[in-house]
Amino acid sequence: MALLRDKTPDWVPDRARVRTALFVAVLALLLFDVLRRLLGESLAPSLLTGYLWNGLVFGLVIGLAGVGLSLTYDLLGFANFAHGDYISVSAFVGWGSTYLVAGFGDFDPLNLLFLGVGDTVFPRDVGVSVTNTPVAVLVGLVIAAVGGAAVALLFDRFVYRSMRKSGAIALLIASVGVAFTLRFMLVFLFTQDTFGLTVSAWAYELSLPGGTVNVSAPELLLVTVAVVSMVSVHLLLTRTKLGKAMRAMSANRDLARVTGIPSERVVTATWLVGGALAGLAGFMIALFQGTINYQLGWTLLLLVFAGVIMGGIGSVYGAIAGGVLIGLVTRVSQVWIPASFAEAVGFAVMIAVLLTRPSGIFGGDSL
Amino acid sequence: MSGATDPIASRLPDPLAGYWERDIVKIFGTLGVVYALYLFVGFLLGYDLFGQLNSLRRLTFLVVVYGIAALVVNLHWGYSGLFNIGVVGFMAIGVYTATILSRPVAGQNPTGSLPGFGVPLALAVVAGILAAAAAGYVAALPSLRLRDDYFAIVTLAFAEIVRITFKSSELQEVTVFGWTFGTGGGRGIRTFSNPVRDFFETTGQPLVAAVESLGLDGQVVTDWAFVFVLLAILVGTYWLIARLSASPFGRVLKGIRDDEEATQSLAKRTSSFKIRAFVIGCAILGLLGIVWQGASSGYITPGRFLPELTFFIWIAVIIGGAGSNTGTVVGTILFVGLVLEGPAQVRRVVDEFVGLSGTAPTFPDALGALGGGNVDPILLYVFDQTSALRVVLTGLVLIWLLKRRPQGLLGDRREVASSIDLEERVEKRRQSGSEATPQGGDAD
Repeated sequence: MALLRDKTPDWVPDRARVRTALFVAVLALLLFDVLRRLLGESLAPSLLTGYLWNGLVFGLVIGLAGVGLSLTYDLLGFANFAHGDYISVSAFVGWGSTYLVAGFGDFDPLNLLFLGVGDTVFPRDVGVSVTNTPVAVLVGLVIAAVGGAAVALLFDRFVYRSMRKSGAIALLIASVGVAFTLRFMLVFLFTQDTFGLTVSAWAYELSLPGGTVNVSAPELLLVTVAVVSMVSVHLLLTRTKLGKAMRAMSANRDLARVTGIPSERVVTATWLVGGALAGLAGFMIALFQGTINYQLGWTLLLLVFAGVIMGGIGSVYGAIAGGVLIGLVTRVSQVWIPASFAEAVGFAVMIAVLLTRPSGIFGGDSL
Repeated sequence: MSGATDPIASRLPDPLAGYWERDIVKIFGTLGVVYALYLFVGFLLGYDLFGQLNSLRRLTFLVVVYGIAALVVNLHWGYSGLFNIGVVGFMAIGVYTATILSRPVAGQNPTGSLPGFGVPLALAVVAGILAAAAAGYVAALPSLRLRDDYFAIVTLAFAEIVRITFKSSELQEVTVFGWTFGTGGGRGIRTFSNPVRDFFETTGQPLVAAVESLGLDGQVVTDWAFVFVLLAILVGTYWLIARLSASPFGRVLKGIRDDEEATQSLAKRTSSFKIRAFVIGCAILGLLGIVWQGASSGYITPGRFLPELTFFIWIAVIIGGAGSNTGTVVGTILFVGLVLEGPAQVRRVVDEFVGLSGTAPTFPDALGALGGGNVDPILLYVFDQTSALRVVLTGLVLIWLLKRRPQGLLGDRREVASSIDLEERVEKRRQSGSEATPQGGDAD
């Protein structure tokens, strides 16, 4: 194919090198512009720090959600469009539990579990926040992870398992079906309303020239949870037999099976890990935003895809790094572009990566 | 056409099965059955003639607009193997371009809403179609060499970027080189007046008056006339795509779909074929956006171009079977008639005949009542939520189809993956000896 089409004369430089040079040049230009703005005082240092901190926190959530997506994409060979809705469902389950624990005895448990749909319970009455009700938040976090794992496993059993031999596109379309089923079950149970979740929590005000940057307790919890779970995944992959099996399957599925790795059991474990991480991400993103609605995961999904593709599909570390990069890009781009385009910028970066380096910016195909 | 694999033909008695072979019988047979169902529901609910006509018009309208979009998806996916899940994006570009161009110039604005460029409607429509085609070119040109799933993600992201752009408050109203125009942001924008409606308010007024003298609402004439205009577009699209797929151009497309490298080795420039097919489809989508979202209601918002709509269109194609125009239309009729509009009809009938007492504004309320031994509130709640439940139903239908019948009811593509699985065929032939019927052949 390449032989047939390649009529490029010799003097034209290597395409990949031109692309890299162009990329570096654009990056340098943007960096230069940020410096210029910082010195010229059209951009306050506090504002830039705020963007960076916010982008890092948001990016960690995307990275956390991306690990599961990346693993299943690689192992089963299809883009799971339902991953975003695993995030939403487990977030609802987790927050329902948090409300149940925080408001038990004071309100009707059923109303608490449904986050006070129909204006029966208000967030200010329950008063959930990381510093006010740490136990409730932690319980919710754990239950969200369990819920995410359960949902992922359930749909693998009922939908994907019997389709292992189907093509990637058939699985992709089926996952879209799963996504819509889950999303509109949430609408059925919780309506299309957006629920406020928390009251304000403790925050540290970092004063910088030009204003202050708030580093809040939810954000600190989020960073902690993200780092702890990423380290755990790293340990799982490198120190355990299961992790070794997962890596082997990812590298070469057939060879792994020949050596006697029980592939179905590894797939199940992968869904469990991925679903649990999606659950954590869902709970944390709701905590970060302070609100929740049925589109929580769907709006996140394309950004998660962006992170996964940037990091290279199948690479856990790539997914985390890609997620953080996407988070930073969507926030720092606000230096130049209005905030309403934040998501669009993330998508545009993803398209650019797909077109130029479909195997991810870190290259390689390692887990 | 598909003979042995067609689940309907195998259940029909022989004389009828012979008729069923014809495409036109398939389409009108299905439509007739769905119409009869709706008339029956209307009869149960005690609709008068106007009510019946209106209920059928709504059904026909949805079948036609979904049908056009589904045919385009079939051209993209069923014939060319291009996994486009950004359908709404191209529709949005078409209708927004036409609207912004056709809005009256600032200063001579009768309605006092957003100004535009004052281009005559016919020209604006052409520009909208061209803009959608150009967007298709821009979106597809670099992404053609991507894998199917990456192509899907790119088109979806493209459609979302389009929606976010039209939604942003920054572009709500802008002034460039003295021209003031805008997208209306999240609040949306008033489009142009519907030419069909205008016709019946002026030249066609006597016709409306004649119908009104029969004791009917004159609105029926206008609404049905508009549906017939859309139907003409559907027939035109069907004809165009059927001609395309039967032509040498179409055969190359099918070749690409089944095995791109083999087609390349026959000295076909596959990327050029793919991009042409994609751009043609996007142009039709632009036109559809204009006549569906723009003309029918007179108002558009970015919220009308959510990915859900693309998903609905896709499932219509999958029910019918990708790779078959007839299947696509039949699938659309079934999807719109039974899945999209069906739950609401069932709800109306139940509301009419089953007396349910009590109220259940939320699910916990209904659940609480159920715990108290009262079943009515939960049923009421379920019926209140039909719009959410029909999407759940759609999702379940989709999953079930892909597990049981991935080729759809009348699909020509035996499998959804790109290359032909020869092994399975050899296997089948070996099992059933020489009697085996060939499957998955061409439609023509």
